[in-house]
Amino acid sequence: MRVDPVLLAATEPGGHPIHYAAASGVFSLSWLLIVLPLAGAAVLLLGGRRTDRVGHIIGTLAAGASFVLGLVLFATLLGRDGDDRALSQHLYSWIPVNGFQVDAGLLVDQLSIVFVLLITGVGTLIHIYSIGYMAHDPARRKFFAYMNLFLASMLLLVLGNNFLSLYAGWELVGLSSYLLIKFWEDRPAAATAANKAFYMNRVGDVGLALAIMFMFATVGSTSYADVFGAAAAGVIGYGTLTAIALLLLLGACGKSGQFPLQSWLPDAMEGPTPISALIHAATMVTAGVYLIVRTGPIFDGTQAARTVVVIIGAATILIGCIIGCAYDDIKKVLAYSTVSQIGYMFLAVGLGPAGYALGIMHLLAHGFFKAGLFLGAGSVIHAMDDDQDLRRYGGLWRYMPITWVTFGLGYLAIIGFPGLSGFFTKDRIIETAFDKGGTSGYLLGSIALLGAGITAFYMTRLFLMTFHGKPRWSAEGPDARHPHEAPVSMTGPMIVLAVGSVFAGGLFVLGHSLQDWLEPVAGEGVEGVHTFSPLVLTLLTLVVTAGGFAGAYLRYQLRPVESVARPDAEVSLVTFAARHDLFANTFNETVAMRPGQYLTRFLVWLDLVGIDGLVRGSAAAIGGLSGRMRRLQTGFVRSYALSMLGGAVLVVGALLLVRAG
Amino acid sequence: MNTVPWLTILLIVPAAGAVVVAALPRRHATLAKQLTLAITLAVLVLAVLATFAYDPDKAGFQFGQSYDWISTFGISYSVGADGISLVLMLLAALLVPVVVLSSWDEVDGGGAGGGRIPAPTATPDATGGTPGGSAGGPGPAGDVGEIGAAGEIGGVGGVGGIGGVGGGSGGTAVALAAPAPAPARPATVPPVETRGEAETHGRRSVPAFFALLLALEAGMIGVFAATDVFLFYVFFEAMLIPMYFLIGSYGPVTEQAQRSYAAVKFLVYSLLGGLLMLAAVIGLYVVSADNLGHGTFDFATLRQMEITPGVQKLLFLGFFVAFAIKAPLFPFHTWLPDAGAQSPTGGAVLLVGVLDKVGTFGLIRYCIPLFPDAADYFAPMVLGLAVVGIFYGALLAIGQRDMKRLVAYTSLAHFGFIALGLFAFTSQAGTGAVLYMVNHGLSTGLLFLVVGFLVTRRGTRDVGAYGGLAKVTPVLAGVFLIAGLSSLALPGTNSFVSEFLVLVGTFTANKPLAIVATCGIVLAAVYVLYLYQRTMTGPVVHEENRVLHDLGLREKIVVAPMVALIVALGVYPKPLLDIIRPTVTATYADIGKSDPAPTHPAAAHPGAAHPGAAHPGAAHPGATHPVATQPGGHS
Amino acid sequence: MNPANYLILSALLFSIGTVGVLVRRNAIVVFMSIELMLNAVNLTLVTFSRINGTLDGQIMAFFVMVVAAAEVVIGLAIILSIFRTRRSASVDDVNLLKY
Repeated sequence: MRVDPVLLAATEPGGHPIHYAAASGVFSLSWLLIVLPLAGAAVLLLGGRRTDRVGHIIGTLAAGASFVLGLVLFATLLGRDGDDRALSQHLYSWIPVNGFQVDAGLLVDQLSIVFVLLITGVGTLIHIYSIGYMAHDPARRKFFAYMNLFLASMLLLVLGNNFLSLYAGWELVGLSSYLLIKFWEDRPAAATAANKAFYMNRVGDVGLALAIMFMFATVGSTSYADVFGAAAAGVIGYGTLTAIALLLLLGACGKSGQFPLQSWLPDAMEGPTPISALIHAATMVTAGVYLIVRTGPIFDGTQAARTVVVIIGAATILIGCIIGCAYDDIKKVLAYSTVSQIGYMFLAVGLGPAGYALGIMHLLAHGFFKAGLFLGAGSVIHAMDDDQDLRRYGGLWRYMPITWVTFGLGYLAIIGFPGLSGFFTKDRIIETAFDKGGTSGYLLGSIALLGAGITAFYMTRLFLMTFHGKPRWSAEGPDARHPHEAPVSMTGPMIVLAVGSVFAGGLFVLGHSLQDWLEPVAGEGVEGVHTFSPLVLTLLTLVVTAGGFAGAYLRYQLRPVESVARPDAEVSLVTFAARHDLFANTFNETVAMRPGQYLTRFLVWLDLVGIDGLVRGSAAAIGGLSGRMRRLQTGFVRSYALSMLGGAVLVVGALLLVRAG
Repeated sequence: MNTVPWLTILLIVPAAGAVVVAALPRRHATLAKQLTLAITLAVLVLAVLATFAYDPDKAGFQFGQSYDWISTFGISYSVGADGISLVLMLLAALLVPVVVLSSWDEVDGGGAGGGRIPAPTATPDATGGTPGGSAGGPGPAGDVGEIGAAGEIGGVGGVGGIGGVGGGSGGTAVALAAPAPAPARPATVPPVETRGEAETHGRRSVPAFFALLLALEAGMIGVFAATDVFLFYVFFEAMLIPMYFLIGSYGPVTEQAQRSYAAVKFLVYSLLGGLLMLAAVIGLYVVSADNLGHGTFDFATLRQMEITPGVQKLLFLGFFVAFAIKAPLFPFHTWLPDAGAQSPTGGAVLLVGVLDKVGTFGLIRYCIPLFPDAADYFAPMVLGLAVVGIFYGALLAIGQRDMKRLVAYTSLAHFGFIALGLFAFTSQAGTGAVLYMVNHGLSTGLLFLVVGFLVTRRGTRDVGAYGGLAKVTPVLAGVFLIAGLSSLALPGTNSFVSEFLVLVGTFTANKPLAIVATCGIVLAAVYVLYLYQRTMTGPVVHEENRVLHDLGLREKIVVAPMVALIVALGVYPKPLLDIIRPTVTATYADIGKSDPAPTHPAAAHPGAAHPGAAHPGAAHPGATHPVATQPGGHS
Repeated sequence: MNPANYLILSALLFSIGTVGVLVRRNAIVVFMSIELMLNAVNLTLVTFSRINGTLDGQIMAFFVMVVAAAEVVIGLAIILSIFRTRRSASVDDVNLLKY
């Protein structure tokens, strides 16, 4: 690798040059970040049953090694100058065809290293957790192989230095997610959910692919440096830029489970719980947020696309919250909570440079507390013999104290209890939404505020129904449950994540540490004019949150909870709609699936009867005609003679006619 | 190295091999197999050596040879290779040995050949079929070839008799012997029934089967190597004959009527196209006689000729219909599902993997350079057919219940992508399309192989008879998934590179079409994963599926190179791209097509950080800058 | 004598022969009608030969006679063997050679 720094000539309007220095020293090893887990996956998959006994160890070590390397890179970056923290490494020429030159290359910068740490850090913890959680699964080795594959894909996604590498990671992440959702593939529900996830992701992928094609057609390159350079220099037309941004957004919505592509995410909970924690809460589903922040220079140039981002974010916050209140399945509630929390991140990043860092902050904090919550949920599900119904839980705090405490901390963090991470990050998002100003600012701020209240309600409901109140299960009888605390390999990661949920937010927000770190990538957040003073807003948020909490407390703590949900006929229309995912699945089925099936059936019929019918028809026509003509051969000599005469007369007649003419 | 007549050697070795193998008495089945394998491997080695000898940066045909054949009509035996034909020959040379190995037991059901079925010993019921075989007495003891692991064969090896009373060796043979009615039947079958059907196998000559494969290989290499249009036509038609017999004589045993229907349909359809092409070939000769004073079939000469646009259109259509049938493009495709379903597995792999590529190869080799004006005129129509084909093939694949038909329909969608790339007239799309031909041969070839393994085990092509196999046969399921992922063009697999190149290249030339075509990748995911879901996931619903055995050693050897290439070409496609790109670029430059320049090139900003700038020149020989090549390269 | 009269006569003979072939069922009579047609043609050939003053037509007539003789031999043999097996000489009774 060459060491001379390559400058991106295009400068942002602010006159802030972007440096992509060539990677050297320890950074020339950054490919190892991806290759380590990839090698782990390869060894485990190709090794077959021989590696059954050590599979989980190899997998965890690969993830851990990648994390350690990430830490080293991070530490080295810390030691570098603020403007000199973006390092691009060229690996080899991947797809070179004349004007279309795509290299396999990596970019380690402030943004990607943060993600590297999140992915490998949380990833390693969940690997450790899975050792215990999957201990009795005969296919544990495969599970670890897929998890390693996921880490490698996700790292490729965040580390690529051009859009095609990102796209490769993007789709491979989809593959890993597919493999892991259908991990228990003898369950038809799991297989269906996996397919649904892949299909909907593919719809998003189409958007990303088209965005890349637009970029190539416009800029003639797919590398970040060229595309962002051109976007920042303002040479791309507004229409094109908006089209690219909206297509990118479609990709982001697919991967992050945002409206209108949100309905795969709750179904994805069919996968083992560690997967729900790692992929469908902490890392993969936040890829959309990463994409938008990464392509900030594009979104910066188009207000229209940004407006769409905030609308989608706001809509998704409400969708996730409303549905989250209605479900009794612990994992589905958490899944919808994920949907709505990512909505917050979209809202934040849609607000522009001021929100990029906030979105990432909330993403990281969310990575901790949501992973912790899912692992806690996994511990509960484990203890309750794979029962996921909240209505059959209750009073578990006595039996699983560590889970109770760690889950509780995560729960407090997500509802924004003062001092915990959610408090810092979510508050800032609400604040920035109000600061946007105007009617839209009030509207967005109110939605975010309302979302905080509902979040408090349904998370409190979840927490109380699980750990408090009277047990709605019995230790005897055919359905006997014997809840117990999980083994150390499971509680360990939960404790670490709980600590993270408590302190992460403060660490990021206080002293602007993360904002300053991300500033070269995300741009400078201009401190806007406050609509409300931060203190007032914080208090307002706390009041709303307390209201949500109180509502849930009154309903689910002070009054007994039925162990069977009321049937659909007896509940209010809102609850009914929420229980049916606000009819998202019904919509998909009526608009896409059913017509697709009919179209397919029609085409199969058309092909058989129409096109092939035409082919067979012409064959049959020739055959039939021959059959008819054959009948002329009667065998009567005299009729032959007559036809000969006729022929002769015809010839003579024709000759005479020609003569005469 | 360039003095070696590579192409003639590549042509003669399999042709001579075919004669030798065909001459073997039918009781020397094993010898025929071994000989065929050796010959095809030799061809592969030769093809690889030829590839190394090939210089991608040299313009025009290489390894050229020309001898007068029918000098009265200006017909000559001339062969030569360019980047496009070379990679396709390489593909053919690779797939044939794979097919030979995969068809090892397909014709004789493992009976006469000494029971070369490695896996059954691994499953408890493997011995169940022994009574069936005992009727034929112990098989020839010396029949242990170099491929199947001798140890694994052990228990089953001696079962079958010389007369072909095989089939007594567990799941595989039973499934082969009794395809259609098998579902309701346990894995072990009463001896009488088995023998009755196994005798049908006995009438199928093993040496003839392998001789046909070799003849087909010679035909395929010839059709790619020919640089004389008439010679091309001869090979084009000659390929049909072995394929016709492969379908008609070696298709599913129990579906006599359907397989002759499919074989005749294939033959008549192809002949119809061939006839139109013959007319166009003769027309070309007449035009050349008018233009040059002496008629010729020499491609290089014809290429330089100016033909009036009206005549071009007619001749173009003659060639195009032949190639559209061969490829096939919508709506000339209905022979493919029948032929694909009724071929023996190996035949289907070669049919879809290589034979059909002759159609798309012909489009870029003959249609576009010979009739540039007509190609331009008809391009919208071809592009339209291509996009319709992408969706039509995908939707029909989703609606199929017959697995082989399903795979055949996926090919229709893939050929849509190839045609789209060829007629977008940009070097990216064209290069992508040619690479797509190779990749499609690998991925769909592997898909057909895996489906063939399933059908061999289970005896039916009906999707409904499967389900939950991932638990029973994990390796098979894994390979199936890899083939499927390659088929849906997942990044990291070979097809992604080609598909993306096609789409991005088309996009620069024709945005709306590219956008529509890109939406087709969603359907690709649906047909692949829906098939996987129905066959591999869920609970095992049919009891007889519980005893299916996983891939044996021979089958693993068959799929290993395919899987390895699928991944390797996805991660590092540069070697192939470097061979294909110059030829494609030259072809389009020749007809005056150049890549549209980006509207706001990044290079407009001084010192723009094209990643290439960090490693100037080294990474992109010949094309350092996106824009720099555009005008200069295609003057 | 006007040569045209010979031509008219041969046309008449030919027409009679044609009608005979078409309307009569008895193979022998059909056969005779064919001979009549052949000889009508011969007459035409000889007449033209005379008109043109060359020998071509006469030579052609010899060829026709030779062919006619050969044909009679074979034809009668066939008719005879059919008659032996079927006890009939009607051409409408032998129509086995059909589609």
